[in-house]
Amino acid sequence: MDLNYTDEQKAFRAEVRSFLDANLPTRLSDKVAGGKRLTKADYEEWHAILNARGWLAGNWPEQHGGTGWNAVQRHIFEEETTRAHAPRIVPFGLAMLGPVLQKFGSEAQKAQYLPRILNGDDWWCQGYSEPGAGSDLASVKTTAVRDGDHYVVNGQKTWTTLGQYANMIFCLVRTATTGKPQEGISFLLIDMDTPGITVRPIVLLDGEPEVNEVFLDDVRVPVANLVGEENKGWTYAKYLLTHERTNIAGVGFAKAGLASLKRIAGLERDGDRTLIENPLFAAKVAQVEIDLMAMATTNLRILAAAAAGQAPGAESSMLKIKGTQIRQEINALTRQAVGPYAMPFVSEALDEGANVEPVGPEYAMPATQAYFNNRKLSIYGGSSEVQRTIISKAILEL
Amino acid sequence: MNFDLTDERQMLQDGLRRYLRETVTADLLASASQSATGQSDRLWSGLAEMGVIGALFSEEQGGFGGAGFDIALVFEELGRAGTFEPLLEMGVLSGGLLAALGRDDLIGQIIAGDARVAFAHAEPGGRYDPCHVTTTATASDTGWTLQGRKALVAALPFATHVLLSARTGGAVRDTSGISLFLLPVDKVQARDYPLNGGGRAAELDLNGTEVPQDALVGPEGGAWEALERANARAVAAISAEALGLMESIRTLTTDYLQTRKQFGKPIGKFQALQHRMADVLIEIEQARSAVINLAGHLDADRVTRERHVSATKNLIGRAGRLVVEESIQMHGGIGMTEEYALAHLAKRLTMVDHRLGDADYHLERFIRLSAA
Repeated sequence: MDLNYTDEQKAFRAEVRSFLDANLPTRLSDKVAGGKRLTKADYEEWHAILNARGWLAGNWPEQHGGTGWNAVQRHIFEEETTRAHAPRIVPFGLAMLGPVLQKFGSEAQKAQYLPRILNGDDWWCQGYSEPGAGSDLASVKTTAVRDGDHYVVNGQKTWTTLGQYANMIFCLVRTATTGKPQEGISFLLIDMDTPGITVRPIVLLDGEPEVNEVFLDDVRVPVANLVGEENKGWTYAKYLLTHERTNIAGVGFAKAGLASLKRIAGLERDGDRTLIENPLFAAKVAQVEIDLMAMATTNLRILAAAAAGQAPGAESSMLKIKGTQIRQEINALTRQAVGPYAMPFVSEALDEGANVEPVGPEYAMPATQAYFNNRKLSIYGGSSEVQRTIISKAILEL
Repeated sequence: MNFDLTDERQMLQDGLRRYLRETVTADLLASASQSATGQSDRLWSGLAEMGVIGALFSEEQGGFGGAGFDIALVFEELGRAGTFEPLLEMGVLSGGLLAALGRDDLIGQIIAGDARVAFAHAEPGGRYDPCHVTTTATASDTGWTLQGRKALVAALPFATHVLLSARTGGAVRDTSGISLFLLPVDKVQARDYPLNGGGRAAELDLNGTEVPQDALVGPEGGAWEALERANARAVAAISAEALGLMESIRTLTTDYLQTRKQFGKPIGKFQALQHRMADVLIEIEQARSAVINLAGHLDADRVTRERHVSATKNLIGRAGRLVVEESIQMHGGIGMTEEYALAHLAKRLTMVDHRLGDADYHLERFIRLSAA
């Protein structure tokens, strides 16, 4: 048992940190730290900077242009980038689709799509959930019917994150209705410019159009865009979800959030003292910090096993639940910390160069927004209820 | 012991609930939010015509209610409908203070909805301390000169007047030395902005504003006792509003649990969700009792009354967070969306804990009052 990082891992951390010092534009880190609105161009700019260094695809092997990092290296990278307030890496092409294509895609698909993901030529979005298929994902109803060299796709996808920026979507579609629901699902790659696709934004609690509905009406998709075999899509979907769950604990986000909470509580006046000097508030901050210290080690224990080649299974469900609880508690405390100024909602103040002063401290409105927005953490990517069921079945064997 | 409403109150509750159910649509709330005043003229005048503002004042003051249970029933219904008309600020606070401090001349117009008096008391950096007043009023040859800033003045763009607190003596957080001034709204410089949960508020900049002698309301430097009493009534109002919000959220959520199907059955058939919804119900009933406790003790001696103020607001803060977070979670993705009815109710209920003291503020205050 040795709780320390190896010399090699420490050197890697130093290398990441000095790269960020030199290459992360202050304009972007200021926006992230200040809770300002990021544009499509902001994400693309940061992707291009990482790609130039060869660090964009943290979970791809080197043969496909990835870093070849193990789980511990990926964790260090995530901690350092969140600490430096870098924009997040948009996961749909890089973290989700890439690994599926590398394992199950045809040679033509790999050659066509993987470089375009790295170079930012394609922005992918995820067509998994439907109005009637959320936690029960296997009940997807969007159909794909073979017609010559095409599939004709009809149905509706929802919660499609940043779909408004995407030119490509990977979809779970139903190609058979016999047998178990899981057995009739296929995995299709669809060009968003194909006639019959309509995207409608959905505004979330924080006022931002972060997700979308995608309507598919007689959309003709070349058969060559089928990934792997017909009716085997559920296997690929599950494989993708295990990748969606990499770094699921969000330790880096939690640490950055805790630092921000302490900063704000140190600035907020509470009578003769600052809020962080209020024992009642300080106790709550300490409580969540104690939970985070233990969770960070749970995360490293599971990462170390993964780096040694053991695939993380139901353990990632534990990380998602605990990581979510901690991040949501930090968000709630930060909202509480800003006091009465949690109330103003001046949306324009989030735009770069809008020249609109925030009302009250500049950190106040982003604190309220983050609280509402991060209620999603316990809902998306398998809700906390679904994760608990996985733990009770797979680990407890109940 | 009798927890039933009197016949008059039952009639007011039934009538108000019916009126709000028929009038307050999602469209009405949205257009009120987007309007320059942040309010709905139609709803405000409708409420005034029904006598809802009058129900917040006693008969001696010109109204026909004014007791804790009148306030509680009005605000529970307003909360249930998700409205954000400024009855709390303009009726309970400004109106209540003007009535208590002998400015009866305006009460008739307030009850009619024609005089709309914004309440400018909180200041930047004051957090939830109601004694935190740094704005000063200094006597001049012609009246008073006001200097300072006021924060989060609710519904200012809708107001005809402003009732403003300023120090004529004492130090920043002293109870003595606070005075109240009534001025026409065009006397103040303000920046207004929208609020989470609906409505608008403003930041006020009083940079040497001159007001006449008779702008002073009540005794010079002696407004605190009336302020604390009005604050207690306002906490009863906002707690009842929170209760109404919780009841509406509970209805939406149980409906959703009964109709939303996953894995071949309504999700309300899953025991994990049943048990959590049962806990939500228990906490809402606790909230109802806390509101009754406070409404029934508004005329008690100071320490008894104020212990109930802080006990109720603390419990409401805790129950509110549970109700908001569990209802969003049990709805799943749909609970995250702005266009679904839950969003507005959940945001408004969340903001209750940022008004008139949060759960922690009142927990500490309850401990202090209990030790006294």
